Amino acid sequence: MESNGTKGLVLDEPLIFEKSSPGRVGIGPAHSDVPESDPKKTLGQKFLRDDIEGFPDLSEMDAVRHYTRLSQWNFGLDSGFYPLGSCTMKYNPKINEAASRLPGFAQLHPYQPEDLSQGALELMHSLEAYLSEITGLEAVTLQPSAGAHGELCGLLMMAAYFKAKGKPRTKIIIPDTAHGTNPASSHLAGFKVVPVKTEGKGALTVEMVKAVMDEDTAGLMLTNPNTIGLFEKNIKEIAEVVHSKGGLMYCDGANLNAIMGLVKLGDIGVDVVQLNLHKTFSTPHGGGGPGSGPVCVGKALEPYLPCPRIKKENGKFSLDFNRPKTIGRMKSFYGNFSIMVRAYSYIRRMGGVGLKRATEAAILNANYIKERLKGTYHLAFDEPCMHEAVFSDKFQESCGVSTMDIAKRLIDYGYHPPTVYFPLVVHGAIMIEPTETETIDTLDRFIDVMKTIAEEAKTNPQILKEAPTKTKIRRVDETRAAREPILRWKK
Amino acid sequence: MPYIPHTAKDIEKILKAVGAGSVEELISQLPAASRLKGPLAIPDGLSEQELLGHMKALSSKNSTVEEYSSFLGAGAYNHYIPSVVDAIISRSEFYTSYTPYQPELSQGTLQAIFEYQTLVCQLTGMDVANASLYDGATAVAEACLMAKRITNREGIVLANALHPEYRETVATYLTGTGDHLSTIDYSATTGATSLDAIESAISDKTACVVIQHPNFFGSLEDIEAIAGVVHKKKALLVVAVTEAVSFGLLKSLGDCGCDIAVGENQSFGNSLSYGGPYLGFMATKTEFIRQMPGRLIGQTVDKEGRRAFCLTFATREQHIRREKATSNICTNHGLCALAASVHMVSLGSGGLRKLAALNLSKAEYLKKKLKESGVEAAFTSPTFNEFTVKVKGSPDGVLKKLLEKKIIGGLNLEKYYPELGNHLLICATEMNSKEEMDALAAALK
Repeated sequence: MESNGTKGLVLDEPLIFEKSSPGRVGIGPAHSDVPESDPKKTLGQKFLRDDIEGFPDLSEMDAVRHYTRLSQWNFGLDSGFYPLGSCTMKYNPKINEAASRLPGFAQLHPYQPEDLSQGALELMHSLEAYLSEITGLEAVTLQPSAGAHGELCGLLMMAAYFKAKGKPRTKIIIPDTAHGTNPASSHLAGFKVVPVKTEGKGALTVEMVKAVMDEDTAGLMLTNPNTIGLFEKNIKEIAEVVHSKGGLMYCDGANLNAIMGLVKLGDIGVDVVQLNLHKTFSTPHGGGGPGSGPVCVGKALEPYLPCPRIKKENGKFSLDFNRPKTIGRMKSFYGNFSIMVRAYSYIRRMGGVGLKRATEAAILNANYIKERLKGTYHLAFDEPCMHEAVFSDKFQESCGVSTMDIAKRLIDYGYHPPTVYFPLVVHGAIMIEPTETETIDTLDRFIDVMKTIAEEAKTNPQILKEAPTKTKIRRVDETRAAREPILRWKK
Repeated sequence: MPYIPHTAKDIEKILKAVGAGSVEELISQLPAASRLKGPLAIPDGLSEQELLGHMKALSSKNSTVEEYSSFLGAGAYNHYIPSVVDAIISRSEFYTSYTPYQPELSQGTLQAIFEYQTLVCQLTGMDVANASLYDGATAVAEACLMAKRITNREGIVLANALHPEYRETVATYLTGTGDHLSTIDYSATTGATSLDAIESAISDKTACVVIQHPNFFGSLEDIEAIAGVVHKKKALLVVAVTEAVSFGLLKSLGDCGCDIAVGENQSFGNSLSYGGPYLGFMATKTEFIRQMPGRLIGQTVDKEGRRAFCLTFATREQHIRREKATSNICTNHGLCALAASVHMVSLGSGGLRKLAALNLSKAEYLKKKLKESGVEAAFTSPTFNEFTVKVKGSPDGVLKKLLEKKIIGGLNLEKYYPELGNHLLICATEMNSKEEMDALAAALK
């Protein structure tokens, strides 16, 4: 198997501060059309600084070259296959970028009068309606900035709901397959986490929940499909158990892309779910955000949604601040609007039928990889999967090769590695999520490479241990980064 | 179907490989009782051309701050964004990549964020900064939680002159873990927070005091003196900055004795976009690193000894520590931080000072013109590019009249501060021409 990686000129580039030459000017501000005000006289010396020590001075072109070179050391979704499990690295359509940059969306001040913002409010109102339709839940807030922020928002609403009933609840049930954000958000919302061990069984059972659900427990936080890529088949019955004790069902919607158009969460007993627009709805990940984490809720939680809400009356849109039971605000203003524009644009381009097709194609692609790799790599759960498949390094361990080595070797073949060592319940997990936007040709080639690597593990494990060799840098010393921290440049 | 490349033949091949007769058969793993029966009630898909037409039509229902003269600030500032910013953040190697978990494939993002951390340290005068938080409001909330962990104290004291939406966000964040919140009023004369008021608001249970600088009314706060008062009671001083361009002129927060500097970096390189995404920042002293929330990039070496960067101190974070993490934050605002870096770098130290000075000059000019029209500044403290005025008549009526002249005249403060019934918060940046400001002053006569 020949590697995709070929030669290219990758240039070294110092830190921006090391390129600075004091006095050099990049892009100066506009010429002034008003009399100059002397800061010393206007503000007084005690408020002023002398200089900004170390701040870089570069020409415009050098700055552009700097960042262009840096970009060339990055591997993006547009660079190649990026099967990062649970992260849903589907194509980020270019039209969405163009739409979000239209001046009529980009140049709006959040406090400008509602009369001047009718298009923005209409877009948000429609997006709420689409997300409500997709999840089968009544009401939506677009305010949270990311998935974890949405989780916190949903959990705070649950806490407020029980408090309003006069019986605050202190605990929340979370299975061991959950993303780390679930317990972290629960803690922040004031809940004590009751972990449930699925013990490698894959799906949560009614009995597991029954054993821990009581009337001090606010409910269950469940990712569905779960992080093993399996649909929680018992969710309806589990929801009944939770509801019978007066609890609420929280669904982590990070994996909504596996069920969109096939299942409505509201129909199967879910009371609250956060969505990740940067996963299911194709908005870019930006090298670590910004994302957007809307929360959809059923009737019971609607009064607690963050403020403001978007209201439509007589064809006019407005912001409604009169919400006595609201949990308050999750952030300033109304959420990550320009991300909402992208997600809205995606939904309108796909249409209802297209969204369902995307789900089906994601499931097809994941199952194809699962089926074709399962003899080569140990499959954690041998049953039909949803949008991702979880393997492990069990078959390769005897060669002295680990998941990390396999991941790093994939880089030399021109692929971003899958998610590794997560979910925690699978030892040495290799979590592959191809998404629906990849062709079968890409998958075939990736599968061939994975098989080649499995062969290499047997015949030449050293080549895996040494990988990657074709990247600008080799494996990095992460221990040193933590033990001898250098977190900023200094002169 | 857009973005789905499967041909009928491809689907056939996949189905054969997985041993299913149809797509429906493969999906039959979902319990029948859970399945959605009909189609989603979402309009049919549009072609790209139709979609762009639709989006243009929708966006044209809005009026922009370009079409109107806008004097709005209040936590979201209209600044000129140099073309290089969009050129760089539009490079798909940056914007289509994920959080840099695989350092060998992510050195671009990692070095850029390491540089951003340094730029934030330089602007704030602090030792260490994180990769980013969602926005200024959540950054303040995270700072309060961090102060509680550091001091093992519960009390959070917020200046009333802190952005009202930031105060609301802090209150929301603290409901889960106990909200021992109190506020300190501002001086009706200076518009700043008085030292006496601060002193009497702090007890030995106070974890931190949060002061905005310049504050919500635009007034500068005496951070150095405030730090003295706060530290006397062994509490921490959190300073929030919503207008980051002020860093170009104002004394660094580190030099003033600030413990945690937080705020909003939207002013650098991020468009107004109706309120988001913006860019929360946080910087602090070295001794508090392990209590800091958010991603941190560190410098290290690769196996051949070359300089390299990676995510570090992950043991603070949710994916390792779960419920014991310093925060639940995962996805943050990386691309916004890149945009801010590119803007800062293209300005350089000289450009930033000039930009800040220009903002001051514009605001001072407007203040003078308004005074000539009989509209006086409400407070005596010095201000940067934003200030509060008292208008004649109801502010809503005044603002409505201005709209007829295509002027968005500022923010009516009454909604947030009932005692400031006739007050407007007005901001002037490099985007406001002399002509516009003259027109505003004339209209308010």
